[in-house]
Amino acid sequence: MTYQSHADLGGQEGHGVVTPEPEGELFHANWERMALAITLAMGATGTWNLDESRSVRETFADYDSLTYYQLWIKGLIALLKEYDLVGEDEVAARQMLHPARPVKRVLHAADVPTVLAKGTPTLRPANSAARFAVGDQVRTLAEGVDHHTRLPAYARGKIGRIAEVYGAHVFADSHAQGLGEQPQWLYNVVFTARELWGEECDESSTVSIDAWESYLERVP
Amino acid sequence: MPHDHDHDHHHGAGHEPSELSEMELHVRALRTVLEQKGYIDPAALDVLIDTYETKIGPRNGARVVAKAWTDEAFRKWLLTDATAAIASLGFQGRQGELMVAVENTDSIHNLVVCTLCSCYPWPVLGLPPTWYKSAPYRSRAVKDPRGVLADFGVALPASVSIRVWDSTAEVRYLVVPQRPEGSEDLSEEQLADLVTRDSMIGTGQPKAPGQ
Repeated sequence: MTYQSHADLGGQEGHGVVTPEPEGELFHANWERMALAITLAMGATGTWNLDESRSVRETFADYDSLTYYQLWIKGLIALLKEYDLVGEDEVAARQMLHPARPVKRVLHAADVPTVLAKGTPTLRPANSAARFAVGDQVRTLAEGVDHHTRLPAYARGKIGRIAEVYGAHVFADSHAQGLGEQPQWLYNVVFTARELWGEECDESSTVSIDAWESYLERVP
Repeated sequence: MPHDHDHDHHHGAGHEPSELSEMELHVRALRTVLEQKGYIDPAALDVLIDTYETKIGPRNGARVVAKAWTDEAFRKWLLTDATAAIASLGFQGRQGELMVAVENTDSIHNLVVCTLCSCYPWPVLGLPPTWYKSAPYRSRAVKDPRGVLADFGVALPASVSIRVWDSTAEVRYLVVPQRPEGSEDLSEEQLADLVTRDSMIGTGQPKAPGQ
């Protein structure tokens, strides 16, 4: 495998306790505000999609040593380079050194409320019938894949039950690879904690994931 | 991901630049280049920051929950079509395009996580807190939810099952906590004040009246 995500943390041991934080604490340095704003503004140019952003961020080897907004900035710079919009030399020089390239659109202040309120819905018309229905038993794929995916490692090769059918949605795996939307049915799949973690877990707990149809096979 | 805010503190009065100023300069440099190239409108950046600092945050979600507590028809709508019910209060869009509301009961407690990144229902809760994006929460919420709740000082009776929702696609989940006892006489606005951000993620309970 050449693709490695460092973001698939579910079930890992050794990360310590959670440190709660008061409700009003949004940023811990001024640059984090700017990191948020320029990341959203560049996302709004429509040059890349959210799945590509996630894929770029999760493959950094130093993923676990970066704070979240550091990760966002590193991801943004990598995408700007990939799409030939900004060179690393320009960031180092702190000024534009090469001509700008056209982008699809620029987010203007007056349009921010409308653009945020619209979002980027992923629901698409279905071009096939859903293979599974609520209550069906399914098994998730056991093998990992060599690209961005949204099936967490802890939920691979596990038997669960379809709890909800969410319609056809843009398929993150293909979308992240620049292979188009290729919409698939999306399901909420529930697993018992026992199925995921074995005998020692809290036996009454359940965990659900949202899984695209190709992550699942029917259990007879 | 470490939630080490230390990175943002100045490290003494030495000649080495602190990480804060390095990152500050780095991000400013990037912003300058983006502006010079015409990819971003500086005024839009201010509006984006102001939006998430003052307009879109957990008080939105608290209004949704308080309405569900007081208006049975709205509660049913919220539990069957959360996207539309929430939009009727003016909250919608980015990172909440498809909303699902999950209700706590005497026997079920819901807890929301994104183990793969930091998916979070922005229109109703705003930006995620640092711990939500951090490795301890993302690694343990699915495997040891009671231990995570203990980190928040929440202890549930053994009779309560925990249902963990890992946000692995573009569906965003809002927990509707149980209405606190003794809140019968409160107005919808007063009830909203009891609804904490953490209670809508599932890592906390609403405040008790007078708390």
